[in-house]
Amino acid sequence: MKRDDIIEYSLDSHHNEEQGVSIRKKIYKVTIILTLITLVEVLLGAFIKQGTTVWPFVKWFFIVLTIVKAAYIVLVFMHLGDEKKWLKYIILIPYFIFALYLIFILLYEGNSIAQIWSKMLVYLKK
Amino acid sequence: MAGHVSNQIDSKTLWGGKVSPFSTSYGKLMMWFFLVSDALTFTGLLLGYGFARHSYTGSWPIGEETFHSMPFLEGHYPLMYVALMTFILIVSSVTMVLAVEAGHRMDRKGVIKWMIATIIGGFFFLGSQAWEWSHFIHGSDFGKVELSDGSLAVVKGEFGDIESFKVIEAGHHHKVGEVIKHDPDELKHEYQHAVAQGKVKDGIITLHDGSKAKINKKPNTNLKLIVKEYGSKYNVGDVIEGKKAVEMYEEAANSGQANRIVYGANMKQNEYGPQQYAQFFFFITGFHGFHVLSGVIINIIVLLGVLGGIYHKRGHYEMVEKTGLYWHFVDLVWVFVFTFFYLI
Repeated sequence: MKRDDIIEYSLDSHHNEEQGVSIRKKIYKVTIILTLITLVEVLLGAFIKQGTTVWPFVKWFFIVLTIVKAAYIVLVFMHLGDEKKWLKYIILIPYFIFALYLIFILLYEGNSIAQIWSKMLVYLKK
Repeated sequence: MAGHVSNQIDSKTLWGGKVSPFSTSYGKLMMWFFLVSDALTFTGLLLGYGFARHSYTGSWPIGEETFHSMPFLEGHYPLMYVALMTFILIVSSVTMVLAVEAGHRMDRKGVIKWMIATIIGGFFFLGSQAWEWSHFIHGSDFGKVELSDGSLAVVKGEFGDIESFKVIEAGHHHKVGEVIKHDPDELKHEYQHAVAQGKVKDGIITLHDGSKAKINKKPNTNLKLIVKEYGSKYNVGDVIEGKKAVEMYEEAANSGQANRIVYGANMKQNEYGPQQYAQFFFFITGFHGFHVLSGVIINIIVLLGVLGGIYHKRGHYEMVEKTGLYWHFVDLVWVFVFTFFYLI
């Protein structure tokens, strides 16, 4: 009897030599982009000191670059960009709901605790 | 709906329920679900770090000041080593995606070649991390010093080499008048150990065997004390330089009190800043390193499968794709650790 409960792989994801050439080209392009972004991050990190007036902008620039890097890794290297639309959504949407909530609540809470503590320290020093 | 999906995929791909959600195989979908949960774990860890940092009122350590050493090289290379580690991991991610691509063409030799390259990259990363940990644990030449007013300061400058210890009081092992000369590094380690334990007083060191010796040391130069935690006299951010800095540092080093100077970091003390900083460093980079290690092991197992021709016989290299997903995820996590732990 032919078993129909064994999950096999979609043969659709095979490609030929020609398609391979263009896929590899894309991979090398993304490699260069990721390397350049890392280089820019390190140079900015080494030359711009924390606490200077431009630092907040640099900090946000770092965060944007990180998200760009992450997007390239997830969408190209992990092929999430080639998957079905709803597969993309069920992976990204729950993650972002949790992550954004955590970012908001923990950093907001952390800042308030720091504020209270610095008031306490002023009081204790008197 | 079901008809729509099954038109596009091979009938063999259907799951038990006769449909294949999202036209993907069971294994790949479950790998994605696992990666989402693992991503949330790392999000939690990095945000725990963010919470500790935002709720801390003192001055938090700065990446480029804490991590500026390179193996085999002297001097200051801010963040260069971590950048190199990041680059190694990105390259090994690229070789992995090339292995997956070769698998899609049923090119067994290509898969083997690129998987070996990926595994080598993984080992390079693990080795780099071991060096980084060892450096972090051992600490700098000067350590973190508690000044006479109770404030804590980190120290920059050049360490004057120790030339010898001249024994002035005999112990179990050394006799009076003996001059102990190893290479300066070894003497430095012995000296730092003694300072941390409070066994150096007024230029006299108590050695392991109980003997006492006079320290013959070149003076430290260009000392700069940067206050990181306030005391009764100095505030966070104060910088003490010149002769005064040397005097204040020497006072702490020669006080004969334990823990006035702390070298390196462990679970109980940390020269770089608040204790949580070391804890988060060990936990986050350690947990990530553990992921890299398990990734390397899984890659090796899959490589053995490829060498044995298992996947070729099966007609597809999906296993390479699944371990590839995990490997890329490890790279993805490092991208975030690099930004949030080292850069900002």
